[in-house]
Amino acid sequence: MKTTIKIIAAFCFILFVSAFTITKSTLGDGYKIGDIADDFKLENIDGNMVSLSDYKEAKGFIVTFTCNTCPYAVMYEDRIIALDKKYAPNGYPVIAIMPNNVEVQPGDRMEAMKERANTKGFTFPYLIDAEQTVFPKYGATRTPHIFVLQKTEKGNVVKYIGTIDDNYKDAAAVKTKYVEEAVDALLKGKDIKEKETKAIGCSIKV
Amino acid sequence: MRIKLMLLLLSLIVSCKNKTEVKLENVSENRLVKHVDEKMPDLEIYDFNGLEKFLNNTDNKVYVVNFWATWCAPCVKELPYFEKLREEYSKDELEVLLVSLDFPHLYDTKLKPFIREHQLKSKVVALDDVDMNTWIPKVDTTWSGSIPATIIYKKGNRKFYEQSFDFDTLKGEVEQFLN
Repeated sequence: MKTTIKIIAAFCFILFVSAFTITKSTLGDGYKIGDIADDFKLENIDGNMVSLSDYKEAKGFIVTFTCNTCPYAVMYEDRIIALDKKYAPNGYPVIAIMPNNVEVQPGDRMEAMKERANTKGFTFPYLIDAEQTVFPKYGATRTPHIFVLQKTEKGNVVKYIGTIDDNYKDAAAVKTKYVEEAVDALLKGKDIKEKETKAIGCSIKV
Repeated sequence: MRIKLMLLLLSLIVSCKNKTEVKLENVSENRLVKHVDEKMPDLEIYDFNGLEKFLNNTDNKVYVVNFWATWCAPCVKELPYFEKLREEYSKDELEVLLVSLDFPHLYDTKLKPFIREHQLKSKVVALDDVDMNTWIPKVDTTWSGSIPATIIYKKGNRKFYEQSFDFDTLKGEVEQFLN
């Protein structure tokens, strides 16, 4: 009996995995530190279209590629909210962008994004990259993936690319808050110590 | 494709039949009946220092090291290809290591049951090391941190892949190391 169930389960598993075609991510392109980031126009959860140029008073942006369905992204939600609360008043608001293909990841549909933003009380725009054209330009590969931009006369300059801090498991045990250190340095007109960091995240679904 | 599926299914049926009965162990009173007759697999857990030895074997085998997690759908999708790889080559030629990046608090409730249910035959270890910015570049300087990611190496020859595989592509890459 047990064996039968296992065979059925194994067969279902094979059917399940063979039902999808392979997807490959494109890597290596995207912005480097010092590049000028293009503006975008993406739909927010409130139905409005949002561009970086809408933020006349901003000194820069904490552009955060994130989503509902990635466990790492979920673990960082509270810390993303905290970043916005701390830095939006100082001119560096969080702009969250959901990059996944919602056909592949239905849990990231606009309706689900609205729900999640409501539940968590997002204080920042949560935009959908519906055409999946923005995240490849940035070179985002995973969620969460952060790009700190500084507004200059030339445009929005990419100043930091990477992860939020060095402990996804436990916010209380964090030793280095990479994004905070980057934005603090920009606010003080100093050099950013660590301009690029890496972390495990969920691949962006295409 | 259909023939391959049938063969795979057949091999699974055979491996099911050969499976020896597991003993009862640690049966707590309030556990569900369907769970009590199966033993959870053991799991080796490493920080990156501990894991490094698996990335630097110097014998004459091809090593295929795949970074995955149960929450990563594309990873789960390609796991059968790594299992099939293990079946197709002798243990003297090739070894597969599946490095799980599952969250430590879910080892017992998610990862171990997954290993058991999918009857993974390849060696699975868990990597628990929060200082990702330090260890990710040590795996490969080009790795952005998304999974699935795979290393294939033999002695000093090494290639890193931040991508998903189908079986034929994976086998094609392995063949380059065997020759």
